[in-house]
Amino acid sequence: MPRREDIRSVLVIGSGPIVIGQAAEFDYSGTQACRVLREEGVRVVLVNSNPATIMTDPGVADATYVEPITPEIVEAIIAKERPDAVLATLGGQTALNTAIALHEAGVLERYGCPLIGANVEAIQLGEDRQAFKGVVERCGADVARSAICHTMEEAIAAAEELGYPVVVRPSFTMGGLGSGFAHDEDELRMIAGAGLQDSPTTEVLLEESIMGWKEYELEVMRDRADNVVVVCSIENLDPMGVHTGDSITVAPAMTLTDREYQQLRDIGIAVIREVGVDTGGCNIQFAVDPDDGRVIVIEMNPRVSRSSALASKATGYPIAKIAAKMALGYTLDEVPNDITTSGGLRPPEAPRTASGEQRHDADRWYSAAFEPTLDYVVVKVPRFAFEKFPAADPTLTTTMKSVGEAMALGRSFTEALQKALRSVERAGSSFHWREDESPSPEMARALLDQARTPTDGRIVLVQQALRGGCSVEEVHDATGIDPWFLDQIQLINELAAQVHDEARLTGDGRLSPELLRLTKRHGFSDAQLAELTGMTEDVVRGVRHALGVRPVYKTVDTCAGEFEALTPYHYSSYDEETEVAPRERPAVIILGSGPNRIGQGIEFDYSCVHASITLREHGFDTVMVNCNPETVSTDYDTSSRLYFEPLTLEDVLEVVHAERQAGPLAGVVVQLGGQTPLGLAAALKAEGVPVVGTSPEAIHLAEDRAAFGRILAETGLAAPRHGTAYSAQEALAVAHEIGYPVLVRPSYVLGGRGMEIVYDDETLAGYVDRATLAGPDHPVLVDRFLDTAVEIDVDALYDGHGLYVGGIMEHIEEAGIHSGDSACVLPPFTLGRTELEQVREATRLLAEAIGVRGLINVQFALAQDVLYVLEANPRASRTVPFVAKATGVALAQAAARVMMGTTIAELRREGALPAHADGGVMPADAPFSVKEAILPFRRFRTQTGQAVDSILGPEMRSTGEVMGIDASFGAAFAKSQLRAGTSLPTGGTVFVSVANRDKRSMIFPVKRLVDLGFSVMATEGTADVLRRNGIEAQVVRKHSQPEGSSSSGPSVVERITAGEVDMVINTPSGRDARADGYAIRAATTSLDRPIITTVQQLAVAVLGIEAMRGGPLQVASLQEHAASLDLFGRAAAPAVDARG
Amino acid sequence: MSTTTRHEPAVLVLEDGRTFSGQAYGAVGTTVGEAVFSTGMTGYQETLTDPSYHRQVVVMTAPHIGNTGVNPHDMESRRIWVAGFVVRDPALRPSNWRSQGDLEDALREAGVVGISGVDTRALTRHLRDRGAMRVGVFSGPDAGRPAEELRRTVEEAPPMVGAALAEEVSTPNAYVVSPPEGVTPRWTVAALDLGIKGTTPTLMAARGIRVHVLPATSTWEEVLAVEPDGVFFSNGPGDPATAEHEIELLRRALDAGLPYFGICFGNQLLGRALGLPTYKLAFGHRGINQPVLDRSTGRVEVTAHNHGFAVGWPEGAATDEPVPTPYGPVRCSHVALNDDVVEGLVCEQVPAFSVQYHPEAAAGPHDAEHLFDRFVTMMEEHRAQA
Repeated sequence: MPRREDIRSVLVIGSGPIVIGQAAEFDYSGTQACRVLREEGVRVVLVNSNPATIMTDPGVADATYVEPITPEIVEAIIAKERPDAVLATLGGQTALNTAIALHEAGVLERYGCPLIGANVEAIQLGEDRQAFKGVVERCGADVARSAICHTMEEAIAAAEELGYPVVVRPSFTMGGLGSGFAHDEDELRMIAGAGLQDSPTTEVLLEESIMGWKEYELEVMRDRADNVVVVCSIENLDPMGVHTGDSITVAPAMTLTDREYQQLRDIGIAVIREVGVDTGGCNIQFAVDPDDGRVIVIEMNPRVSRSSALASKATGYPIAKIAAKMALGYTLDEVPNDITTSGGLRPPEAPRTASGEQRHDADRWYSAAFEPTLDYVVVKVPRFAFEKFPAADPTLTTTMKSVGEAMALGRSFTEALQKALRSVERAGSSFHWREDESPSPEMARALLDQARTPTDGRIVLVQQALRGGCSVEEVHDATGIDPWFLDQIQLINELAAQVHDEARLTGDGRLSPELLRLTKRHGFSDAQLAELTGMTEDVVRGVRHALGVRPVYKTVDTCAGEFEALTPYHYSSYDEETEVAPRERPAVIILGSGPNRIGQGIEFDYSCVHASITLREHGFDTVMVNCNPETVSTDYDTSSRLYFEPLTLEDVLEVVHAERQAGPLAGVVVQLGGQTPLGLAAALKAEGVPVVGTSPEAIHLAEDRAAFGRILAETGLAAPRHGTAYSAQEALAVAHEIGYPVLVRPSYVLGGRGMEIVYDDETLAGYVDRATLAGPDHPVLVDRFLDTAVEIDVDALYDGHGLYVGGIMEHIEEAGIHSGDSACVLPPFTLGRTELEQVREATRLLAEAIGVRGLINVQFALAQDVLYVLEANPRASRTVPFVAKATGVALAQAAARVMMGTTIAELRREGALPAHADGGVMPADAPFSVKEAILPFRRFRTQTGQAVDSILGPEMRSTGEVMGIDASFGAAFAKSQLRAGTSLPTGGTVFVSVANRDKRSMIFPVKRLVDLGFSVMATEGTADVLRRNGIEAQVVRKHSQPEGSSSSGPSVVERITAGEVDMVINTPSGRDARADGYAIRAATTSLDRPIITTVQQLAVAVLGIEAMRGGPLQVASLQEHAASLDLFGRAAAPAVDARG
Repeated sequence: MSTTTRHEPAVLVLEDGRTFSGQAYGAVGTTVGEAVFSTGMTGYQETLTDPSYHRQVVVMTAPHIGNTGVNPHDMESRRIWVAGFVVRDPALRPSNWRSQGDLEDALREAGVVGISGVDTRALTRHLRDRGAMRVGVFSGPDAGRPAEELRRTVEEAPPMVGAALAEEVSTPNAYVVSPPEGVTPRWTVAALDLGIKGTTPTLMAARGIRVHVLPATSTWEEVLAVEPDGVFFSNGPGDPATAEHEIELLRRALDAGLPYFGICFGNQLLGRALGLPTYKLAFGHRGINQPVLDRSTGRVEVTAHNHGFAVGWPEGAATDEPVPTPYGPVRCSHVALNDDVVEGLVCEQVPAFSVQYHPEAAAGPHDAEHLFDRFVTMMEEHRAQA
């Protein structure tokens, strides 16, 4: 069927900020969809509040609305743009929920823009658990016995009936939010209580427990002619009970016979038909009883998902891209399989004659109507961030808790698994054989007991338990992990033992070439072999290379070699034949950022992708190395070549070697992917690899405290007083010299890992003493903390001669909140021209002194009119995409060009940068862009089921960000606070309780709120201050105060929980939050109400509330903003002069 | 268990001289045959027991083989038929609730010489580019024989073109597969076993067909003796150009106006009976992910394939019009989306149709199972007319 002619413009709804359960995969799928639609001549209107995405680049859609994804705002966009249809199946649960709300409000009908992809009925059937149960039964398949409940009483009765343990699943939440296992009534009250709150329909489903069953997933595609294909099967290594996003997963399924696999396939296809998913992708999850093969259908998502992104990367079959084509009306057989199709149009199908050659190069056109077949194994391992939330319960449950994932491909499970584990890049994530002896039988048993509870890193416990002598059967009984997988881990242990023995036998650690090759075939890293043989990693690598034991690179081709693949999408394997093709253009290897984690997320992928795009256009072949399946960088379309590889020194060096064999190598880019590639810079250079842009020595200058101190001295710039300490005593000495409060942190960290503000000796000594922190190689940095400073962030480009200021951002929170968690605004809203000039000059001096060639990010603090340098990072920062969107300049692209030798002056001349202006001096009428952090506190519970504390600090905890852009600062801020389910209130009740130091600053904004019609509740002390200033406040009892003392009635926590409070203002005093503050914040977080924890936030929140009360928020696309801002001076006379 | 020393060395030698080394897998010794690759990710047991693989050395592109062991239910015939088996990574132990044995043990018992640890992707790409060719697998002491000698052994193996193999795999005695309990027997079909897979008569029986499975050498009288409502020709190994007896038998059925359904070899034989040519594909279709377009509905089915030969559409004939034959016009009902190979035939004046692929799947998707219903419908219409 040809495509629908009635669709000329489509509104694509994105997924908003990166949160746990909804991450970069929707940037990948959404970007693909937008590109497809535009190729088809469709006008694309996009809404997505996440500035860190490729999809919100102005070139990806015709009209890009970086606006809140709420039904009201999206309706305003529809009213303005009048699209013919809405595509909501590529933006995760956020987009689907928004689409359903628009449908229910009659908006879609009113504007005549129906949903394409999946229809509302299908979405509701897939998401409404009771209705879905009916679907599955009509397909002749089984579901877990279950009951739907709307009240706690119903839940308790139902659980009695089903028998504990029961699974609790709230309806219409994403990433399994709020779901879990209840083993008894107490747990049920806790989980179902939260679940009833989380569910927008106040509905939870209780199910019989199928914990420990095998878990599978199929990715299915359907077109409007009812052709259906299964793109990929995925088997979870962790059995039922762990959310699939938190499980180690394997593709294809490893332990199913064809008969069993086809049964799943038949059910999957029947379900997608019965649900009525018109076109597009959906995923279906199954549980299989390991004892008798009974199959239960768990759930189906009628949209692309994290799993479909994984399946796309695992198979080379781009689900989102093809789903977008099918939404336009194409059928699967009309869409080419890009990997094997050489181009051209679909040939008219005509039966072949006996002399007809099997088609080869001439007219190779293969359709997407087939099922990929794999001749390799794919393993995905989740990446967690529990270290950021020490209070959170690290047990893995049906609520997703991981923040990212790494994927690896290998020609065997062992190879793929070991590569994936080292791709996760977390200390201890890989198998190890550290101690000389295996764990004792007692220790092994203890490990096995630990492994019964699924946690981050359980696989290593399993490996150690097996190493210590537990049998595969015992481990299977304890963990439910299929014996086949355990046997493979056992094999890895056996090989390790052989290496260990052989190395001892030869006395000098040498291995036979055969054993060396065999271990590499099973995924051992040089580092692991070094550990086993007692050699250093370098020596192992040297020996290996001398013996010619190197990986080959195979190709992901969708067809197991049956047809020639034209897309160089490679993975390494220790096999015989390599498939890397020779090339002529010089190559630039771009190292990506690995799995998403807090502090290193999609923002870095954005910069890598931009570098690849621009360098491809300027004469280079770009070679991307990354292991994150969620991202745009690992789309095989993004770069000239893609290597899906771990980002360790060994794996990168091998790619460099392979590419050097293939043709000229211009260099390796390490400055765009965050700390992961940056950490490899020095070692790569030492191995003779050309690192382009800022040199590894210069990177070291900025990161090494002493060297950086010299630079500051040279440039005459001020820094907070500081010192370096290698022990607790030294730290105390430094603190006494520079004075409290101090900011302490380990050196070489990203995302403020381990960073704290300390006010006294005791806390400081305790901090340093935590064993792992300080040591000869890991000093602790102690800085004077500037409590009342304004923090400023700058992203700039430097080419050795000229500086281009990308943007200057002013933080809304005071210094001390990690810049990644702090809201910031561009242009700065309180800084004057002199201060901005000072910032520009300081940035230039630093860039010059460090020797930057490319991007530099500097953080300043302005206190009492003195500009202090907090840190300078000669690399792409988290804010590069935000700055690019706020100023309409493709900063990362310019950076990549500068790194390859183009000057800023040349870029200005060719129009890649504004001819005169820059982002440092914005026109007076420039719109305000506010970046706000999104925090995952709601995801986590302590072991006793309480919400974790939500105070911000110097350690970064946010998973993502949103951008609000508007002509007025208040409206921009209001937009940054607005998202589904939460926004600033425009009336109602605020609760105020602030630290003593903040009481003075709170008076004016609270007064303003009262003038706007809010009523105020406060605790006694705060209420007294308010009353003295003429503000009436209802006194409420603190949580810790017994009833009847000075006030009566419900406590503040009870009132918050009861929904009586619309906004909470609570500033904590010191780091040790008092129990009251914690309880207040926890209750607020649970309800997802706005909570303000700094006075600066309060002031701007009032501006935001005023803006919202001034009438509906207006929407404008980035293209419109850029045209009015006109930094490039395309519309009018030369803009503000700025030095270049 | 030791993973590194358990197996003896083995070597795989292709007709064109390319050699791969690995370890012995299954029986130890020497085997020769036609090297073909199969891309299915599941269903190795069905593949091994599919008689169409007789005399072929099968390379599995899926890297892990043997994970689910073997069980008595997934046998597609009474024995393993492949001449040799090439895998990359055999399972250390089977894990599946239905498993009753280890695959390597089964191969050893069947005397099937195999090789593991081979870069199967490199081998597959070689066969794709150069076409299916003869191969030898030598393990244990045989692996140490001089290279020239191994090469000669391979060259002495009989080629697939011109090979008549159906009789070698066919059942020696006729047998009946009856509808299961609760299904009324409504039809009788004479099914000529040219290498039939067990699922085929099972699926027919489930539709009320009493299936008389007959040896390939059966005479027309023996076919008539079962009083069939329809005639079925199965899949099977070998070159269809050699199957003169079977083609003659098929012409008799067409002459008699009996409804005919053919699968795979049975499709090639219908083609030849109608006077269409058959030819050998460069490397054939072997896998369970092959898209086939049903030209009458425009729908695509994902299907199981295992064929090295195919029916050629007459040179110069219109591609979307029927071509005349002694039995009236025949249409090409199905084509392979990947390479336009004729995947199905349907006659317009006699009740006969056939497909080149495997609607019985096993292994493979069940998308085309409805073709058995089509056969039933054809017999219904024939009975109504009679």
